[in-house]
Amino acid sequence: MSVRLSLLAILDQGPCYGYQLRAEFDRRTGSTWPLNVGQIYNTLDRLERDGLVEKGAIDEQGHVYWQITDAGRAEVAAWLRAPVERSSGTRDELAIKLAVAATLPGVDVAEVIQAQRRASVAQLQSLNRAKYAGNGPDGPEELAWSLVVDSMIFAAEAEVRWLDHTEQRLAQHPQHAMALALSTEKPKRGRPAKTEARA
Amino acid sequence: MSDDILRLVGVTQQYGEGETSVSALSGVDLAVARGELVAIMGASGSGKSTLLSIAGGLQTPTSGEVVVEGRFLSTASARDLAQLRRRSLGFVFQDFNLIPTLTALENVMLPLELDGFRARAARRAAQEALASVGLEAKDASYPDDLSGGQQQRVAIARAVVGGRRLILADEPTGALDSITGEAVMRMLRTRIDQGAGGILVTHEARHAAWADRIVFLRDGRIVDESRRTDADELLSGTR
Repeated sequence: MSVRLSLLAILDQGPCYGYQLRAEFDRRTGSTWPLNVGQIYNTLDRLERDGLVEKGAIDEQGHVYWQITDAGRAEVAAWLRAPVERSSGTRDELAIKLAVAATLPGVDVAEVIQAQRRASVAQLQSLNRAKYAGNGPDGPEELAWSLVVDSMIFAAEAEVRWLDHTEQRLAQHPQHAMALALSTEKPKRGRPAKTEARA
Repeated sequence: MSDDILRLVGVTQQYGEGETSVSALSGVDLAVARGELVAIMGASGSGKSTLLSIAGGLQTPTSGEVVVEGRFLSTASARDLAQLRRRSLGFVFQDFNLIPTLTALENVMLPLELDGFRARAARRAAQEALASVGLEAKDASYPDDLSGGQQQRVAIARAVVGGRRLILADEPTGALDSITGEAVMRMLRTRIDQGAGGILVTHEARHAAWADRIVFLRDGRIVDESRRTDADELLSGTR
């Protein structure tokens, strides 16, 4: 979704041909999200189908310049205004893993947390090293790349902070950590029975 | 071993005696090599600050050995310890700890003057140190006239002036915004790469990740480490 709208937003700056559009996208995202030319053309075809872009001039080398339509411009403006929707709900793999681990008698959740923390911190180290190897975010392209790397750095840091928080919470309330042995009650098959039917 | 600037061997710190005694550190072994930055992470009360003040000779452990540049602190006299702190160690604190009535240059000169350097030699070394953190133009400014990031850079210059080789930093980015904090970490990293060794105590994983090794403390014990090689594997795995 963001690729489609990013390409559209770039076309809002002026007509581009396929390869050029890919180069512009790379330049603006520090090559952190590699796209192949096939993806670019597929996306352009879909954008054309939706009336957001149209084919324009062809230069002497045969490059077809794609240009944005008024509907396309409106779409870009709406995209920039709207917040990005994150998937909601509790489907985070790590949160579920820790929640389950905390209920397992004999499992040291602190160890589970530490294993994750070590991995997250190692990821932070590799991101920082990649960043340190660069010359600091001075040029526009370095800056584009830094923005993307920073988002990964802050996401990893947030995870470590959340792990610290979880560890402390569990340590402060050991009496609340549920060590759940398997329940002997047989779960009912199918839908829960209606109360009337039971009575 | 010869490349280790700092070694802690079986360092234990207890407060109180008998049944009520509390162990702040229990049998901690840690070595810091030249060109290596080691970050210490852990919850409040895990022993991070105690470890730093023992490493800096500000506190004598209940048992265990601290060796700085080959010298055993346990057998050093008070005078030797003071000299070691002046010549080998540089401290960087969260709140900068600059003397407000001295200029940036005078703050950086201070440890050298205390160590008996002649004023001219101290001035020259301090000017070099200030230049190395990009603040040569601010030498006559007083701390109050400098931004937080600039003050911390002065503190880093003070920590490394005169060829100090062990930098002990306690939450050096704690009082700085994230961009300035990153610039300070980049600078600290550069100093380490030039041959110093360092310990960084921080609760921010983002800053700890500038270290070569991250040591995790829990209840006064080292429970785990994250090394550069882990990061290397991660890098090779993603490319």
